[in-house]
Amino acid sequence: MAEAKEQPRIGVFICHCGTNIAGSLSIEEVKEYAKTLPGVVVAEEYQYMCSTPGQSIIVDSIKEHNLNGVVVAACSPRLHEPTFRIATQEGGLNKFRFEMANIRDQNSWVHMHDWEGATSKAKDQVRIAVAKARMLEDLEPKSVPVEHAALVVGGGVGGMQAALDLASAGIKTYLVEKNPTIGGRMSQLDKTFPTLDCSQCILTPKMVDVGRHPNIELMTYTEVENVEGYIGNFTITLRKKARGVLTPTEAEARGIVGGGCNGCGDCAEVCPVIKPNPFELGMAPRKAIYIYHPQVNPLLYTVDFDSCIKCGLCVTACGEEKKAIDLDMVDTFEQVKVGTCILAIGYDLIPIEGKKEWGYKRFDNVITGLEFERLICASGPTGGKLIRPSDGQIPKKIGFVLCAGSRDNTGGVAKPYCSRFCCMYSLKHAHQIMEKIPGAVPYLFYMDIRSFGKMYEEFYYRIQNEGAKFIRGRVANILEDPTSKNLTVYTEDTLLGRPLSLEMDMVVLAAAIQPKPEAERIRQMFGVSKSQDGWYLEAHPKLNPCGTTTAGIYLAGVCQGPKDIPDTVAQAEGAASAASIPIHIGEVQLEPYFAQCIEELCAGCGMCVNLCPYGALDLVERDGGRQVMEVTEAKCKGCGTCGGFCPGGAIKMQHFTSPQICAQIDAFLLEGGEQ
Amino acid sequence: MADENWNPKIIAIICNWCSYAGADLAGGARIQYPPDIRAIRVMCTGRVDPLFIMKAFQDGADGMLISGCHFGDCHYLEGNYKCAKRMFLVKNVLKNIGLNDRRLRMTFVSASEGAKWGMVMEDVVKTVKELGPSPLSEYQK
Repeated sequence: MAEAKEQPRIGVFICHCGTNIAGSLSIEEVKEYAKTLPGVVVAEEYQYMCSTPGQSIIVDSIKEHNLNGVVVAACSPRLHEPTFRIATQEGGLNKFRFEMANIRDQNSWVHMHDWEGATSKAKDQVRIAVAKARMLEDLEPKSVPVEHAALVVGGGVGGMQAALDLASAGIKTYLVEKNPTIGGRMSQLDKTFPTLDCSQCILTPKMVDVGRHPNIELMTYTEVENVEGYIGNFTITLRKKARGVLTPTEAEARGIVGGGCNGCGDCAEVCPVIKPNPFELGMAPRKAIYIYHPQVNPLLYTVDFDSCIKCGLCVTACGEEKKAIDLDMVDTFEQVKVGTCILAIGYDLIPIEGKKEWGYKRFDNVITGLEFERLICASGPTGGKLIRPSDGQIPKKIGFVLCAGSRDNTGGVAKPYCSRFCCMYSLKHAHQIMEKIPGAVPYLFYMDIRSFGKMYEEFYYRIQNEGAKFIRGRVANILEDPTSKNLTVYTEDTLLGRPLSLEMDMVVLAAAIQPKPEAERIRQMFGVSKSQDGWYLEAHPKLNPCGTTTAGIYLAGVCQGPKDIPDTVAQAEGAASAASIPIHIGEVQLEPYFAQCIEELCAGCGMCVNLCPYGALDLVERDGGRQVMEVTEAKCKGCGTCGGFCPGGAIKMQHFTSPQICAQIDAFLLEGGEQ
Repeated sequence: MADENWNPKIIAIICNWCSYAGADLAGGARIQYPPDIRAIRVMCTGRVDPLFIMKAFQDGADGMLISGCHFGDCHYLEGNYKCAKRMFLVKNVLKNIGLNDRRLRMTFVSASEGAKWGMVMEDVVKTVKELGPSPLSEYQK
């Protein structure tokens, strides 16, 4: 600031964006107007400023007109600021000598039928941008090293795939799962569509790989407690929930050589507490000391301390040699440092009992698709024998209600979106009953069959040919016969145009899916936005579907939006690839929007120190005992909360300085009148 | 006051992560709203110095909008919360100097709420049009 003030020499470059901008406002008028603004020495227009020739115009003009500031009036800085900063740099200027006027997303697209209004707004926007450009300063981005480790939250198929990819790329990976085992939803499924692969058969090899991989530190029964830091340097606090059971390693640390849990199950046999098994959706019992399901990884028993009565029978059964059970265990905390994180926390079914007309939880023989998976699964509560919950009889006529709560705008528990995999799994269910139960007929009540994936449509034809009945219509109501417990499904056959009622032995609701209840807490810890429907918001729906707006945080699987297993795995691999890039480069550049203290103005009141959410500010003593604030740049993220408050105006927020913002306000309101 | 052809001067200071992204989303979805508001982008509403607001009104702004993330969603943890607390103070000052405090509005629009951004725009313009030109704008003539 102190050196001789250079005269502003600004270039304004206006983009047509085809007709996106040029179709709604007068580029010519804006250009001519820009030329009249103080400090502007050149104004140009071009069809597509972001194209190579467009950028060349900027680069050449900087050199030709000896510019010291660049304004591009085009789309959003959130889209193309990086592009034009590079062009500015290529022209020989510091890349922060660039300002953008958003005349597309926030002008031509939202005032499409107001030529005058849009043109006048574009002029103002250019004037505001030029006012800021006149005051821009050279800044240097700060480079910080990236921790050579990554965190994956969620041990379902997406999280496992992401962890395996990261680990195989040579990165130390922490895989955190809140349940006692990895495997996720996929381990609850019987078969997968359209190949009819056994879900567990294709999943267990991955689970074993995860358990064995030297670069993966598997942390089951663990939750994320706190997140601090930024890309390259996250410090994650993890809560290792008290498992009540020691691993062989933990046992050895306690001096019990050759001890620890070996998964024998003697403890569960003697446990007197019986509770519903959540893995079996409450359809089977579980002891207070349990394994989550037969194929768990790691093979360790876990004590459910919510139901354990601490009778100690299990401790005796476990014996003096193994000494694996410790009923006084408490939660412990551990901190890990990672460079990037992937969230893959999955989904839940909606509480479909909220759709009262279908009678779930009122009528015994109305079940959800996930319960069907457990009932038809060989490792399930019935050993794979599909029976009616009411009387144990084998059902012959089974109704499948598709879009149960999906694509439904009636509010309540219903969701307006398509849950994307229910059509396909209902087709698969139809196939399974026809295969397993001779003479069984599935009736599928559908709106549209969405079989969009590879070999999906072919699978649909196959199920049609096998004899499944398809009825196009939403199910209005289901009623139960109190004695036979049979169900009458009321619907409309919209293809025949007539109402219909059919008696069924059993009804399966293909319930919609929704974000997990803990999704909100996890999202806020990691600083990830959500979409309107509550799923995590990706950085760009098409061009950056794995990233988020928080640098260093990536998404995989259904937590970003409904998707089936192939899409989840694909996104997980994408997220792993994206998350490994900063780690392999080894450093990231942070935008230098740091706070700076103007010590002559600082009164040392210390208000800012308390305001800073990152602890980046401290009071230090200068000569003569005067206190002033000092910024630790590595901790400062540039929010400006301190700068917005400082009563003495002693804090300078780089690139968003008070004089710059005031100049923008003046430029708009005083029509370019001098500040 | 209620001149149909009068275009109010309204300035918005909006945060990069939520409201600016929401405004961009409104653009992508072609949600139409009146063109009377000019936005200034800051990284966080926490950056909003009450002096910016006073300066804008002194310069003759007819209305002002501060828009950030929803509580709990702030990219910088709590900048929006701190800004919201300051707004109570600024609104009081505005009342004391004889300006209707409805000329200053703080809203919370997330990156996925393009439609809400459009509604906020409509509503802010409507409110300011009802109130008419700022009494302070006279001094700028």
